[in-house]
Amino acid sequence: MIKQLSWKVGGQQGEGIESTGEIFAIALNRLGYYLYGYRHFSSRIKGGHTNNKIRVSTTEVRTISDDLDILVAFDQETIDVNYKELHSKGIILADAKFNPKKPEDTEASLYAVPFTEIATELGTSLMKNMVAIGATAAVLDLDIQVFEEVVREIFGRKGDQVVAKNMDAIKAGFDNLKANLGAGVQTMQLEKADGKKRMFMIGNDAIALGAIAGGCRFMAAYPITPASEIMEYLIKKLPALGGTVIQTEDEIAAATMAIGANYAGVRTITASAGPGLSLKMEAIGLSGMTETPLVIVDTQRGGPSTGLPTKQEQSDLMAMIYGTHGEIPKIVLAPSTVEEAFYDTAEAFNLAEEYQVPVIVLSDLQLSLGKQTVEPLDVSKVEIRRGKLLTGDLPEIEAKGYFKRYEVTEDGVSPRVIPGMKNGIHHVTGVEHAETGKPSESAENRKAQMDKRMRKVENIRFNMPVYKNAKHEDADILFVGFNSTRGVIEEAMGRLEKDGLKVNHAHIRLIHPFPTDEVLPLVQSAKKVVVVENNATGQLANILKMNVGHANKIVKHVKYDGNPFLPHEVYSKAKELF
Amino acid sequence: MATFKDFRNDVKPNWCPGCGDFSVQAAIQRAAANVGLEPENLAVISGIGCSGRISGYINSYGFHGIHGRSLPIAQGVKMANRDLTVIASGGDGDGFAIGMGHTVHAIRRNIDITYIVMDNQIYGLTKGQTSPRSAAGFKTKSTPEGSIEQAISPMELALTAGATFVAQSFSTDLKDLTALIEAGINHKGFSLINVFSPCVTYNKVNTYDWFKENLTKLSDVEGYDPHNREEAMQTLMKHNGLVTGLIYQNTERKSYQELVHGYAEAPLTQADLGLDQNYFDKLVAEFM
Repeated sequence: MIKQLSWKVGGQQGEGIESTGEIFAIALNRLGYYLYGYRHFSSRIKGGHTNNKIRVSTTEVRTISDDLDILVAFDQETIDVNYKELHSKGIILADAKFNPKKPEDTEASLYAVPFTEIATELGTSLMKNMVAIGATAAVLDLDIQVFEEVVREIFGRKGDQVVAKNMDAIKAGFDNLKANLGAGVQTMQLEKADGKKRMFMIGNDAIALGAIAGGCRFMAAYPITPASEIMEYLIKKLPALGGTVIQTEDEIAAATMAIGANYAGVRTITASAGPGLSLKMEAIGLSGMTETPLVIVDTQRGGPSTGLPTKQEQSDLMAMIYGTHGEIPKIVLAPSTVEEAFYDTAEAFNLAEEYQVPVIVLSDLQLSLGKQTVEPLDVSKVEIRRGKLLTGDLPEIEAKGYFKRYEVTEDGVSPRVIPGMKNGIHHVTGVEHAETGKPSESAENRKAQMDKRMRKVENIRFNMPVYKNAKHEDADILFVGFNSTRGVIEEAMGRLEKDGLKVNHAHIRLIHPFPTDEVLPLVQSAKKVVVVENNATGQLANILKMNVGHANKIVKHVKYDGNPFLPHEVYSKAKELF
Repeated sequence: MATFKDFRNDVKPNWCPGCGDFSVQAAIQRAAANVGLEPENLAVISGIGCSGRISGYINSYGFHGIHGRSLPIAQGVKMANRDLTVIASGGDGDGFAIGMGHTVHAIRRNIDITYIVMDNQIYGLTKGQTSPRSAAGFKTKSTPEGSIEQAISPMELALTAGATFVAQSFSTDLKDLTALIEAGINHKGFSLINVFSPCVTYNKVNTYDWFKENLTKLSDVEGYDPHNREEAMQTLMKHNGLVTGLIYQNTERKSYQELVHGYAEAPLTQADLGLDQNYFDKLVAEFM
């Protein structure tokens, strides 16, 4: 019996690799297992190697595993590219059709199963994926009935016959391998899961769901990897709430349309990745200068320019903190789990309205597209707070007078009204302006308005700006990261603690303004600070040095080859230091 | 009921004396009063340039955005509050150079807003460079040997992009211009009104007198039918685009708002922001 299993299916893009993984994963999720799935794919629709690696566990898993138990291969390339991940007792289940060859330097076993042949006999070679699922079920000693419900949901609209045929294919794959088991195929039996129903979703689903829970009723966006799922989800769900999504002509239109809708009083989101964020920068400045709330999601991917559009990277950090010309108050959040992606996106709308600033919700490809089991989300925890937005009748203003939309206040936040309100008329402009919004170039006014704007985020209130797991008062190592590296750090940490090292962990959720007071004591009490991040220059490490100092303790652990960190890579970096 | 005076504020425009934009400002104020608006129910969204300042010169909600982006901002405002009357405005550089992509897409999207372009065939605020509306050969600071690019024909372009309301006017024709803006506001869908608004400081070619000599009123064209797209195109080509009046209107096509699936009848600003637990549970169950 095993507690955990790593399974990977690979082949050519467009061959149904994704849906094979999906059916396998959903079925296991419904049995109560915790899953973590990560897709390797390219920026093309047909062709090119793709794979879907799924980790199945009886306990929570939040990252990709180092090694692999079962590799399902639809072509030789899948074996050649991935076999090194297999441990010595690992299994390759390969389609007999391509005469699979096992590389010499692996102790893993290879079983050629006639996936395509069986599927063709049953009606269509398209079902070879189902045969492979059946073969996997045989190795795991799983009852194939667990797949029936999922198969019915996916193929049900094509008719009962199609459902039955696909189930036949799963059974045939199962039987074929069972018949061979006598010949020495080792089964890998998973311990029973708790049977609890949990969500299985990608980070982008949680961001979109969080937006809805946070009162977002409109979105303007332009498609881009890896952000498009957010708009695709919202266009399905917003109409039931009276809202909609507009796919704009470009990223600039998306950001400025979102500004227009927010100015008019509707919580509106836009989402993109690095290239889109570069285009939105002027609009972000407009939001900052006009104090118009704005929520923008940046799902980071490999940059610069078009970069590695389908690969993991965390290299937009500096751009998100400092991007746009001039100086504006801005909030940058970086959820580190799918759950946080839900709550933080919802909260972003509150912060945007309370502080009347642009709020960037930073994600990364691994968090946005990694599909995982998620603990229940509690919508009752989501508050709607609209800050100083005035409602009801406003006091009369003198003839030709304007409402003081930019009134200088102690906390810097001014009362806000929306178009349509009587006695609320004021001007809004990206030009420096006086309290009424009318343009003003006076030095005195400039300073008063600049100070007022910047003052707004000096004391921002954000629940848990840093996720901390810091048991040790004098740690050997403090790990620091942001976004999706949380899982890999946690896993490395567990191994290091077993080795006797004292390890603390701080994952930064409020990137800007930087929560110095929260982070400084942890840095002070650690011997070494290892900053784990997916970029080449160590952007978070530099932010850390800038805000908390202690440069001599800070060790950069960077990876920028497009792939997420694996636990052993974080573990061994820390081991090197001691 | 508000009169045009209620749409005046106490800000003195920083336009040069004699600028065509003054009349456009007056026409918007009159049209707004004539269609029965109260100042708080009008939002004027403008771009950057001399003409972009117009949103600060009208007593209504006003948003002076960034260069070329008045249209997406205005569309966002309208989507958020469909009860507001939204006017976007700016110059020919704003709408036909940096913002041209938005112009074409706003036309084909057909959200119910009115776009008024103050077309002076020159960049004024940056002190006299060529514009996409400058004629070939036009000498400016950035084209000392004369522009070698072809001028854009915005009215023809609007027709090919699927516009449902296309009109053109001359800033001195205050009465006609006011009537066209009223018609644009009343039109269900996107209305584009291009206004020849001479720059008295930097454009010494396309002057008031030049326009008076070269413009043809469509009301003087016998039997002109503004509901015939083909005729509209032919007339524009025949007169090199120098016509004024309602060029084309399609009252059949529905506006974007009327076509959006599920879009609330009441302004979206009034939507309940909370989420019903049952509805949330339903959403969550889809991921299980």
